[in-house]
Amino acid sequence: MLAIVPEAARFRYLLAWTALAVLLCALPLFLSYSQKEILVFTTINVILVVSYRHLTLTGEWSLGHVVMMGCGAYGSALASKQLGLAVPLSMLTGGVCAALVGWLLSYPLFRMKGFYFLIGSFAAGEVIRLLWKRFRDPFGGPKGLKRVPGLEEFEFAGLRIDFFDPVPYYFFSLAVAIVCIWLLWRIERSPLGWSYHAVHWGDDLARSVGIPTRRLRRRAMVTASFFAGISGALLVHYVGTVNPSRFNVEEMVYVLTWAIVGGVATLYGPILGVVSLTIVNEIILREFGLDQWRPLFYGALLIASVLFLPKGLESLVAPARSMLSRLWTRSA
Amino acid sequence: MSILEVRDLTMRFGGLHAVDGLGFSVAKDSIHGLIGPNGAGKTTTFNVISGFYRPTSGRIFHEGVEISGLPMEKVADLGIVRTFQHATLFRELSVLENVLIGCYSRRRTGLMDAIFGRWHKQDALLREEAEELLEFFGLAERADFPAGNLPHGLQRALGMAIASAARPSLMLLDEPFTGMNAEETLVMMDLTRRLRERGVSILLVEHDMRAVMGLCDCITVMNFGKLLAQGSPDEIRSHPEVIKAYLGGGHTEA
Repeated sequence: MLAIVPEAARFRYLLAWTALAVLLCALPLFLSYSQKEILVFTTINVILVVSYRHLTLTGEWSLGHVVMMGCGAYGSALASKQLGLAVPLSMLTGGVCAALVGWLLSYPLFRMKGFYFLIGSFAAGEVIRLLWKRFRDPFGGPKGLKRVPGLEEFEFAGLRIDFFDPVPYYFFSLAVAIVCIWLLWRIERSPLGWSYHAVHWGDDLARSVGIPTRRLRRRAMVTASFFAGISGALLVHYVGTVNPSRFNVEEMVYVLTWAIVGGVATLYGPILGVVSLTIVNEIILREFGLDQWRPLFYGALLIASVLFLPKGLESLVAPARSMLSRLWTRSA
Repeated sequence: MSILEVRDLTMRFGGLHAVDGLGFSVAKDSIHGLIGPNGAGKTTTFNVISGFYRPTSGRIFHEGVEISGLPMEKVADLGIVRTFQHATLFRELSVLENVLIGCYSRRRTGLMDAIFGRWHKQDALLREEAEELLEFFGLAERADFPAGNLPHGLQRALGMAIASAARPSLMLLDEPFTGMNAEETLVMMDLTRRLRERGVSILLVEHDMRAVMGLCDCITVMNFGKLLAQGSPDEIRSHPEVIKAYLGGGHTEA
C-alpha cells in the first residue's frame, strides 16, 4: 500500500506540501474580518467532516454526528465554566464527553444496520438535543450557555496573542485540525483501518474469520465522536455561546453534503467538499446577496453531484494530478 | 477423538423443521461429507455450526467445548472457520490483502497501537505467513491482483486461503465445487487433501457426488432435516435408504 516514490516525484511532493503550508499561513492576509471568521469555522468544520468520514469507513452513515459535536461543545463549555478547567484541558474533556456519549449510543445503535441505523442515529441525536433544551440546569435550556470563556491570551516573545481575534484562533484551530487529521490517518492506515474496510465490504466474511464487526463499528463511532467533540469544543470557545439549535438536523445535512460532494473514499475528499462548498457559499452566494437561496442551492448541488460526480470531487484529483505532472515534465 | 460433535440439533423457522434432531460427529483429521437432496437442511446445519444462526435446541461441541449459540466471530476464534457458497471476497482489495484480513483474528490492533505504529513488526510476520498461504493455494503470482478479477476457480481457492489465514482446526466448506469444470474440481480436491495434511479437519457440503465419493473418509446423509445414514463412501453408495431418497420412491411400497 505504500507507493515507492522516485526522487523527482518526492521533490514535487515536497514542493506541493510547502506550497500548501505557505498558502494556509498566508491566507488570512487576503481576507476581510468576516472572511477570517469564516476561515476559523471552515477549519473547525474540516475536523468535523473528517471525523464523520472515519465513521463511514465501517459502512454506516449516521445522522447524529453533529449532535456529537454538540456534546463536545457542551462538555467543554461546562468543564471550563463550572469546573474552572483551563480551556485546552476543557476541550479535551469535551472530546472525551462526546466519545462517552458515542460509546453509550453505539450499543443500541449498532443492533441496526443501513437505513435503520440512519434513522436510529437521528432519533438518538434528537433525544440528546431535547435533553439540552429541557434541562436549564446545567445546559441552559433552549437559549443554551452564554459567556463561555475563550482561550486564555498569552504573551509570546513580546507579542500579546489574543484568541478573540480570528487570526490567532485560526492558527490554533489549524494546528488542532492537523493533529486530528494525522491521528485519524494513522488509524486508517493500520491493520485496524484495514479491518474497518473489511467490516464495510464483507460483514459476514469478516465475521467468519473472527473479526468482531460490531465491536469494530462501535470503536469507529467512539473515535469519530471524540474528534467531532473536539471540533465542537473549538467552536464553543470561539463564539462564546452554545445552544441546542446549532446542532439540529439541518446542520447535519450540511455535513452530509460536504461528505457526499467531496467523496469519502479518501481522507482529502471531505476536506475538498467542505472547503469548496464554503468558498462557493460565502463568496458567490453572499457577494451576490443570494443568502436566501442557500438551501435550494445546496439541495440542487447535492442532486447534481450524485448524478454527475457520484464519486465526489476527489475523483477529479487523480486526473488533475497526472495532468500537472505531465506539464511539469514537459517544462523541465 | 472427534473434533466436532453435533447432538440432537434442531433448527425451526416458524413451523418448518429445517433441521430435526440431527446428530453426528466428525473425526479429527478427516474429510467428512454432508450430503442430501435439495432442501435436506445441509446449509442450515452449516449455518448453525458456524454460529450464523442460533439453534432452536441441541448442542454442538468443538473438541469438547460447547459452541452452540455463540456468535460467528467467537466460533471462528475457537477454530471453526467456514467458507461461503458464492465466492465471497473483498473484491476491491488485492489477493494478498484479502489473506491478511483473514489473519486479523491473531492481529488485534488497538487504537494506540495504530496511532503509535506498534504493528509493523507483527505485520511483517503476518505478511510472510500470508505469502506462504498464497504459495500453498497457488495464488502467489497474483498476490497484487484485485481479488474481484480472479477467475472463478482461483476465487474459490482465495476464499479457502482467507479461511486458512484464521488458523482453523476445522474448516467448513460450503459447496466448494459448484460451478467448476472437471479440471478445476481436481485442483480443488487436491487442495482439500493437502489442507487436511496440514492438520485441518474438513466438513463439506457438496452436490458433486464424484468429488464427495473420491474425497471423503466418512459421509453423513440428511433428508428432511433428519439423519438418514452415515458411513464410508462405499457403504453410502449401496445404502438402500440413500438410493431411495435420491431417486425417489417410497410411494410404490405395498
